[in-house]
Order: sequence, then structure tokens, then C-alpha cells
Amino acid sequence: MNAVQTALASPSAPFLMPAMKPFAAFDIERIRADFPILKLKIDGKPLVYLDNAASSQMPQQVIDRLVRYQTSEHANINRAVHYLSETATAEYEAARRKLQRFINAPEEREVIFTSGTTDGINLVMHGYGRKFIKAGDEIILTTLEHHSNIVPWQMLAEETGAKIRVAPINDAGELLIDDYENLFNERTRLVGVMHVSNALGSINPVKQMIAFAHAHGVPVLVDGAQAVPHMQVDVQDLDCDFYAFSGHKLCGPTGIGVLYGKAALLEKMQPFKGGGDMISSVTFEKTTYNAIPHKFEAGTPPIAAAIGLGAAADYLSAIGMDAIAAHELDLLDYATEQMTRMPGVRIIGTAENKAAVISFTIDGVHPHDVGTLLNQEGVAVRTGHHCAQPLMQRFEVPATSRASFAFYNTLAEVDALIAGIRSVQKVFA
Amino acid sequence: MANHKALYQEVILDHNKKPRNYGTLEHASHHAVGHNPLCGDHLSVALNLDGECIDRIAFEGESCAICKASASMMTSAVKGKTRADAEILIQEFLAMATGQLDLDSPNHIGRLAVFAGVCDLPTRVKCAILPWHTLHAAFNSVASASTEAEADPMHAPIGNA
Repeated sequence: MNAVQTALASPSAPFLMPAMKPFAAFDIERIRADFPILKLKIDGKPLVYLDNAASSQMPQQVIDRLVRYQTSEHANINRAVHYLSETATAEYEAARRKLQRFINAPEEREVIFTSGTTDGINLVMHGYGRKFIKAGDEIILTTLEHHSNIVPWQMLAEETGAKIRVAPINDAGELLIDDYENLFNERTRLVGVMHVSNALGSINPVKQMIAFAHAHGVPVLVDGAQAVPHMQVDVQDLDCDFYAFSGHKLCGPTGIGVLYGKAALLEKMQPFKGGGDMISSVTFEKTTYNAIPHKFEAGTPPIAAAIGLGAAADYLSAIGMDAIAAHELDLLDYATEQMTRMPGVRIIGTAENKAAVISFTIDGVHPHDVGTLLNQEGVAVRTGHHCAQPLMQRFEVPATSRASFAFYNTLAEVDALIAGIRSVQKVFA
Repeated sequence: MANHKALYQEVILDHNKKPRNYGTLEHASHHAVGHNPLCGDHLSVALNLDGECIDRIAFEGESCAICKASASMMTSAVKGKTRADAEILIQEFLAMATGQLDLDSPNHIGRLAVFAGVCDLPTRVKCAILPWHTLHAAFNSVASASTEAEADPMHAPIGNA
């Protein structure tokens, strides 16, 4: 048994242990052995999976947890009095506490299970935005935002007559903090900002941005989809009002995510979806809503996925988010150094403070051709606009290729990427 | 999987590098703009019908090598043909790109068979068929074609893969 397996041997043990022992050293081979999919070959070549910003892979410990749940623990939660229902409910709520601890949320009722980041942002839009944002009010976003943190606010603006203001970035892909601060006025009602850019890797100074917004009495929603998998996130330290992220970028299953919200805000918000579980009493005359977090969890949730995500949080905590961040930074530095030296290769996004994402273009080669040719070498990258079309327009490129790293990637895989780029250039020479 | 190895063949790379009939067309009788919202690629096709015969045709736009080569070879293939013959070729190309054309049965595909391998790459099928959608849209005076729009008259199911 490795360290993580030991920690996960009992479902409740990790939760009860105040601080799990981190790996003695960052043992990349031992970590890779936990991920069965990394043994795959693509067209006879070893898989080099560099599309982690789109979705990460799942360690055996999480897969096993899902199997155990489906094999011996599954029933609907919060309903029946029988053994399985009680077990499933207990494990689901234990997962909530694991996620609470993972982001250092003050209270477990502030952790709402969603279907993912998009769902979490939409929850804030419907629950908070539609109740408190009126015609003429302003919402501040940034050029870096993913469509999931643009479109819901446009829908709200269309419905209410609110306005969207956009904080710009510089050529390196860094937010212009002065311009951001200048956008505030007496009509500003909400800030929506991504913690880490999915397309460029830029890390936004969210703590500073939140402090400024709070000085103006404005709450802040942070899209943390790309931050939580790569660094220690502490919602109390950030003092954010809402923080949304996805399970499937965090070594967990798809269809599950978390919205953290401050209890005081969640309590005054209206429900997003109506249905079972979110009520305390229903008559045809009047319905009384359940307390948070249940008010926002209508219907049967993805129970297995939530429990799987809890196991993923345990797994990552056992390795240690700081160790993960340090290893990924090594990968980023090495890849950046190599690619900067390659003629005809342009890195889009050179922020000083960056997560392990490299968006790039190759002169004379469309990103889709890059993606297909890299795939022939077993290298999986994302190509396209990365659901950030306004950002692509800012850099005047229709699309980029993007290599995004996870803690299970190696320096040798960076070499494979570099060799792949050379072979693309050769084909198009 | 063997086919996609062969996708970036010399002929495709050559048409990408030196696209034929690239540019705008003065006094075109038919024109359409095609758009692939998945990747942001766009392409315009302009042609002039002399009676039923395509006497001039040109394309331009931002796209990947597969799309550009497809457009280049398409314009070469339909130039001088009647509109009816071009429509047959459009149907055959779309069928081939989605793996539904038996290349051993009689057809008009000819050199365009270099694109047969694209059916193994569902995400790239749209790149190859965008010019053909756009040509069809031009014939029918549809202002813009898309590989996504429901109402697109040429909307084709994208592969079985």
C-alpha cells in the first residue's frame, strides 16, 4: 500500500485525521502508478496527456471509491430510514466536509454540491443576480473570463437591463489592476473573476481584487475551476463571497462541482432550481424552503460523484497541494524555456504569475492541424478558442494550441511535446 | 487509425501552401460565407454561373490546412462543371467525409479521395466539409452557411465515430 492507499483504507479515516502525512518526497513514479489511464498507448505511442485544464485523469483510489459506493453503499439520500440510505447520506455529507476542509470553508453548509463550475456560476446568477441586480446596475468581469463566467451575466443583463463592464489585460495576459479599480462606481453590484485563466494560465490577484471590491461593498464571485487543482485555495484567506469549481478537473468524476458561498449571502438568495430536497414543507398554497446548503440542491444529486470527489480531495491532500504546485511550476518553467527558444513558436500568455498552462501558436500552422499531428505522436493537447473567444480576439488569434500540465506529468513528457512540435514544423516546412 | 496517418499527404500540404483559386471574385453571381463556430474558422466562396456552368470560382478565409486544401481542391474540381454536377460532387464528398461512401462503387471523387481518412477523425470532418457546405449555400443563395446551424440546408450528420 502506498501512502495514499493507506490513508484511504477506511472511508472515514482521512476525514478524522487532522493532517495527513505528505509524501516524504514528490515521487512522480509512484504517483503515475496510481493512474491506470497513463499506461495507455495511442497508435503505439505512450499517451502524453497534456489536456488537464480541460479534464484531469482519475487515480485508482477514486475509481475504487466509486466502485465501493456502487457495490455496497448506494441508495437515495435524505429519505429512507434503511441502512443503505443512511450510509449513502452519511458518505455524501462526509464528502461535503472533505471539500469544506479542502478549501478551508468556515462551515459545511457553505459548501453546495453543483454539477460543475458552470452550474455554480449559474446558481449565483439566478439566486443572487436575479434577486439583487437591477436595471442600470453594473457587473464587473475581466477579458480573461471563460464563456461560463460571461454568458450567464449577459443573460442577466438582457433580462434586467444591468450592464457588464470588462477589466482589460496587458499583452502578457495580466489583469490591469488600475483599470479594474477604475471600473467601480455606485452602481457596481458584483465582480466575477477567474482565479486562474484556463486559456493562458495567468493567476489573477484575486485577494487584492476582493479587498478592493469589499471596500466598495461589492461581493465577488471567483471562478476557481483552474485554481483548485493546482494550488492551495483558502476561501477564508481570499475572503471571496462565492467560489466555484469542478470535480472533473480535480481528479474527480464529471457531473459534480462545488459552489462555496458565505452563509449570510446564501441565506438571503432565492433558490435556483425547485424540487425535492430543497423544501421544508410544500402545500399548493405555499412552499417553505429548506436551510442551506439543501435549499440549493434540488432533486437527487450525483451522490457517487460527490463521494468520488471527496476521495479525490483526500488523494490530493495526501500528496499535498504545495508539493503539487511546486512540481507543476518545474514543468512550466522547463517547457517555457524550451518553447521560448523554438523559432516560429509563440507563447500566448506570459504572465509573471502563472499556472502550468502554455497556450501557443506555430507560425503557418493552424492549431487544429497542430492538435491532429501531435495526437499522432501520442501527445494530447487542446486546440481551439478554449471557450474564451473575447480573449482570443484580444490577442488577435482565432485559436491556439494549449498544453496544460498536472502533477502526474513529467519532464520527459515536456520533451515529447517539444519533439512533437518539431515534427509538426517539419510536416509544414 | 491507419488512414489519418495519411491525411497530411503531400497533395493536401501542397494545396494548403499554394491554394488554387484563392482570393475574391469580381461580379460573382453567387456568394456565401461558411463558418465553423467550433473553431472560429470562416471561409467565403464566390462563383459566377454562365448559364448552368461554373465559369469562375474563388475562395478565401481563415482556416486549418485540411479546410484550406479541401477548398482549394473543391474549386479546382468544380470549375467548368455544371451546377448539377457540382451538387452531385458535394453529396459524394460529404458522404465520403462521414464514412458513408463506398469508394469502390462508381463515383466522381477522383483526387479528392485524399480526404477519405478524415472520417476517422470526427473532430476534423467539419474542417473538410466546410467549403462544400459553403458552396452549396452559395448555389442556393443562402447568405451564410454553418457546420452547426440546425436550419443549414446542408446539415450533415457528422460521422459514425
